[in-house]
Amino acid sequence: MTHPQGSMRGGAGAGSGGPSQPRGMHIGKIEAAKDPRSALSRLLPYLKPFKLGILWVLVIVVLYTFLGLVGPYLMGVAIDSLLRTHSAQGLVRISVVMLTVYVFYNVLQAASGRLMAGISQQALAQLRADLFTRVQRLPVAFFDQNAAGDLMSRLTNDIDAINQAISQNVTTLVASLLSMVGIVVAMFVLNYWLALASLLVLPIMFWFTRFVAGYTRKGFRDLQRDLGQLNGVMEEAISGQRTSHAFRRKEAAVDAFRIGNEQVFSAGVYANSYALLLMPITSVLGNLFVIVLAGLGGWLALSGLVSVGIIATFISYGQSFVGPLRQLANLYNSIQAALAGAERIFAIVDLAPELDAPTKLRTLGPVRGDVLFDHVRFGYLPNVPVVRDLSFEAKPGQLIALVGPTGAGKTTIINLLTRFYEINSGTIQIDGTDIRSLKKDELRQNLGLVLQDVFLFSGSVLDNIRYGRQSATDEEVMEAAKLAEADAFIRLLPQGYQTQLSERASNLSQGQRQLLAIARAILADPAILILDEATSSVDTRTEARIQRAFLNLMRGRTSFVIAHRLSTIADADQILVIEHGAIAERGKHAELLAQRGVYHRLYTSQFKGEAI
Amino acid sequence: MGPVIKLFRFAKPYWLRSGLALVLLATLVVFDLSIPRLIQRLIDRGILAHDHALVLHTALLMLGVSFVSIFVAIGNNNLSVFVGESVGRDLREALFRKIQTFSYGNLDRQKTGQLMVRLTSDAGSVQRLLQVTLRIGTRAPLLMIGSLVLMISTSPTLALTMLPLLVVTSAVMVFFLVRMEPMYRIVQQRLDRMNSVLQENIAGIRLVKAFVRERFEGERFQSANQAYTEESAKVMQFSAMMPPALTLCVNVGVVVVIWAGGLESVRGKLSVGQIVAFTNYLLTTMTPLVMMTLLSSVWASGMASAKRLDEVLSAAPEISDAGNASTLSLSGAPRIAFEHVTFSYRGASADAVLKDISFSAEPGQTVAILGATGAGKSSLVKLIPRFYDVTEGRVTIDGVDVRTVTQASLLAQIAIVPQETVLFSGTLRDNIRYGKPSASDAEVVAAAHAAQAHAFILETENGYDSRVEQRGANFSGGQKQRIALARALLLHPKILILDDSTSAVDVETETHIQRALAELSSEQTRVVVAQRISTVLHADKILVLDEGRIVAEGDHASLLESSAIYQEIYHSQLGNAGLPAGARDAAQVNS
Repeated sequence: MTHPQGSMRGGAGAGSGGPSQPRGMHIGKIEAAKDPRSALSRLLPYLKPFKLGILWVLVIVVLYTFLGLVGPYLMGVAIDSLLRTHSAQGLVRISVVMLTVYVFYNVLQAASGRLMAGISQQALAQLRADLFTRVQRLPVAFFDQNAAGDLMSRLTNDIDAINQAISQNVTTLVASLLSMVGIVVAMFVLNYWLALASLLVLPIMFWFTRFVAGYTRKGFRDLQRDLGQLNGVMEEAISGQRTSHAFRRKEAAVDAFRIGNEQVFSAGVYANSYALLLMPITSVLGNLFVIVLAGLGGWLALSGLVSVGIIATFISYGQSFVGPLRQLANLYNSIQAALAGAERIFAIVDLAPELDAPTKLRTLGPVRGDVLFDHVRFGYLPNVPVVRDLSFEAKPGQLIALVGPTGAGKTTIINLLTRFYEINSGTIQIDGTDIRSLKKDELRQNLGLVLQDVFLFSGSVLDNIRYGRQSATDEEVMEAAKLAEADAFIRLLPQGYQTQLSERASNLSQGQRQLLAIARAILADPAILILDEATSSVDTRTEARIQRAFLNLMRGRTSFVIAHRLSTIADADQILVIEHGAIAERGKHAELLAQRGVYHRLYTSQFKGEAI
Repeated sequence: MGPVIKLFRFAKPYWLRSGLALVLLATLVVFDLSIPRLIQRLIDRGILAHDHALVLHTALLMLGVSFVSIFVAIGNNNLSVFVGESVGRDLREALFRKIQTFSYGNLDRQKTGQLMVRLTSDAGSVQRLLQVTLRIGTRAPLLMIGSLVLMISTSPTLALTMLPLLVVTSAVMVFFLVRMEPMYRIVQQRLDRMNSVLQENIAGIRLVKAFVRERFEGERFQSANQAYTEESAKVMQFSAMMPPALTLCVNVGVVVVIWAGGLESVRGKLSVGQIVAFTNYLLTTMTPLVMMTLLSSVWASGMASAKRLDEVLSAAPEISDAGNASTLSLSGAPRIAFEHVTFSYRGASADAVLKDISFSAEPGQTVAILGATGAGKSSLVKLIPRFYDVTEGRVTIDGVDVRTVTQASLLAQIAIVPQETVLFSGTLRDNIRYGKPSASDAEVVAAAHAAQAHAFILETENGYDSRVEQRGANFSGGQKQRIALARALLLHPKILILDDSTSAVDVETETHIQRALAELSSEQTRVVVAQRISTVLHADKILVLDEGRIVAEGDHASLLESSAIYQEIYHSQLGNAGLPAGARDAAQVNS
């Protein structure tokens, strides 16, 4: 598995030269993990809104931990009284007290668990929501370069790793620590020699935990990374499966998958083996604790220095000490995994989002639609200019056609106007305002875009068209569909406008999908309309009919049309012939034909060989 | 339970390791149980009997047992992890392979996001189920049984009082387990939905940005997120009740021991050491009980996921080779024939996309298909490589029904350039030789030449070694189409299907492509879907499709004479001819 090394689009620019800054493609690189401690400190703020709830949890935890300590103490008292008096006197009373204590203990424990589960899930939901918002704000370049599957893995697998840690109960952590402290205090009160001896276990424990932690952290970091990569492979394989089927390359897809899968396997074995190492060690140390108590206590009891009841209490404490110790070890592992996940999540959060102009933002107001490109230069890669010194102006209401060979940079020009990518030099203005001084949202709201690849969301046909303008009524949606010549075929679908579309929407043909996209743009009613090969898969008769709608739609707004079928653009006010990222010819259809240049060649090749 | 047991076949190759893990686990249980026993001995026969040597002796023995148990536990852990991870890996691979066998029809109904959840989250929870079961699954019940045995041997009467408690404890556990499983199933369904929203947003990011729909999508995600959170909080809150419920049982047990045992000891039937040991046994069962709570949620979620995995694993691919499928071998360009083919995506001829289609493409011929958007052109060509099965009639290649040959041998003869180009991350070279990884560089270059891709490839920074990003994001639509074309041409297939595969290529380049294709024409039979008349001009036969039926058939010249629709299509491509005069005037007004 390799990481994206670099990228180019519409690589028309041969050779190098032209001033270009390292911008664009470098935005998207996900940096390596940062300081692990900061990941933890950045997770904590997500608990802040639940301060009150957490305070309650803490109070409850302190209470029940105290009750948990009282239990064994009462038992010792009972045994001692039994030994002393050899009578059942007071036994009933002490049993009732013990029972009450235990019931309260468990009820409180349940309450804190419930409270914390609610809080932790809400906090995680917030983290997911934040991450989603951050991801949405990333520049388009990021999505062009990073595997979708890996990104999804961060939002699911990595957050799940945090979930595993939290759901194992932050309360456990607090309760465990508290009860351990409580046990130690209680032991010192009862007999400090015994207590001191039993605490010898702790330094060994700390040393060992720290030793193992280094490996565990690294293990989980690798595991989460490999999982992300595997996810990337899977996502690409599944979304490209129709192609791999057609080319009989399923085995190859499986092979690629196996490599990633094998990596996840070995990373998983490594991480979990180290993580689980702590468990037996802690339980043995717990046993050691009991043994020291029993051995030393036994010897002390023989010498008459302590009572057998106290030893029983101590052993009981010892047992209770093992539980929290085990849980801490367990929790510690989950925390390692969670931190590894958190690092990957914050690596995304730390990426620079699409920024609006840092200084004074300007607003457009009602747009007339005067679009000016002034000496615009741009390249996706530092030394590979795709657009070189491009200048043109579209007057309000004009229809501008961009034509030229594939890869000449036509779509790139659209990418710049929409600010999917930022220009390297020059300016682009709308109604005299530099688009870089506008909020991107406002800019894009004024642009109606019909893209080459039509993307449909899962949802009904109605929802997909309404994507253009959320507030549109059903009637308006249908009106737009009619204008786009889509109404007829929609009505023939099993559930008409309510038909559910799937991601790949194989229930629709490519041309039908384009018609939906056009309906979407019609509904959006933008000041500036951009059609990038909007009808390439639509048959020409339907296209001719849509043309009518387009002409209506274009009236009073500036339009940019990229098309290869030149019949689409013969009416354009300005035809810009783009070659190698620069304007080779410009003018009206008739003028350009008369020039007998590039346009003439493109236009006539359409009918070449035909006996007209 | 059924699906879980079915999935246990994945553990089969590792039965030896699993068995060993369980043996080690049992050993561990014996060690765990011996500690309270030894403590009892230490108190009763050591301290109370003032036997110094015995105290020391027993303490050392306990120490020894502890150290040995470290290694036993590590052994068990490593084996369990190994088995768990291995099964996880095998399960993922089996799922992935299974998904790979899905035909177009299966895929149409699945969202990528949903399949991804099955491959990751669901596979993960089944893996966890296995690993945790091996690690502590039998430990808890064994410990409980062992404790019970020891309790009985210590004091049968006292042990008898514990019996109802054990029944209650088991009932509590079963109650939680049974209730949790459906809850986890809902959680996973909600996760499906959330993941699908996520996947769509990543794939459709340009659209989201272009229509300034971040807020809307954010709300859509948030509602999926909130729905998921609600369900997972519900199950977590429910499972948070389990440990207290179980420890309460144990604690009640302790009180009963003190009370009943106290009475017994007063009557002199029980030593104090025995009471201490007894409570110790109880406490020993408590730790595994807490483990059991972890186990229950792992089991509940594992079972829910196992059901979901089983759905995928037992799903039948809609298209598979017939039992007696033969191998299709072609010596030259074949004859392709459609015989009264009716086709519907959903199997019902009521909403058929293609109706009673009959035509043939003779060896070496090019048949072009023209027609309105949604007329069924793409559906028609997808039947040749058997991406879907016909509903009625049959498709034959050299007289052989495509359903009677193996898919592999069928696909080996066919190359298709689909409408929607899919490129894979990797180099340009890898993408072009995708269908034949062993192709030499010369073959790659020749194919790229024919597809008119060579020139622009050389202009990229690293030529044929330039990287293609996922989905080919760094190439323009026309470039992607040409790479896809080169990919198909490299195979020199006997059947070439072009499904409107040059729609984003400029006309001039397309003309070059046509010329290159003409040179290759004798070696293959072609079916070409097109919009442009220029593309179909030289076809041997042109089929005009309208609403799923062939309405005209012939070559360019004859159709131009006889078919009204063809004439209409033809004229719509000559400048403004297709536009009514009014619309033209409207356009003029703007300028």
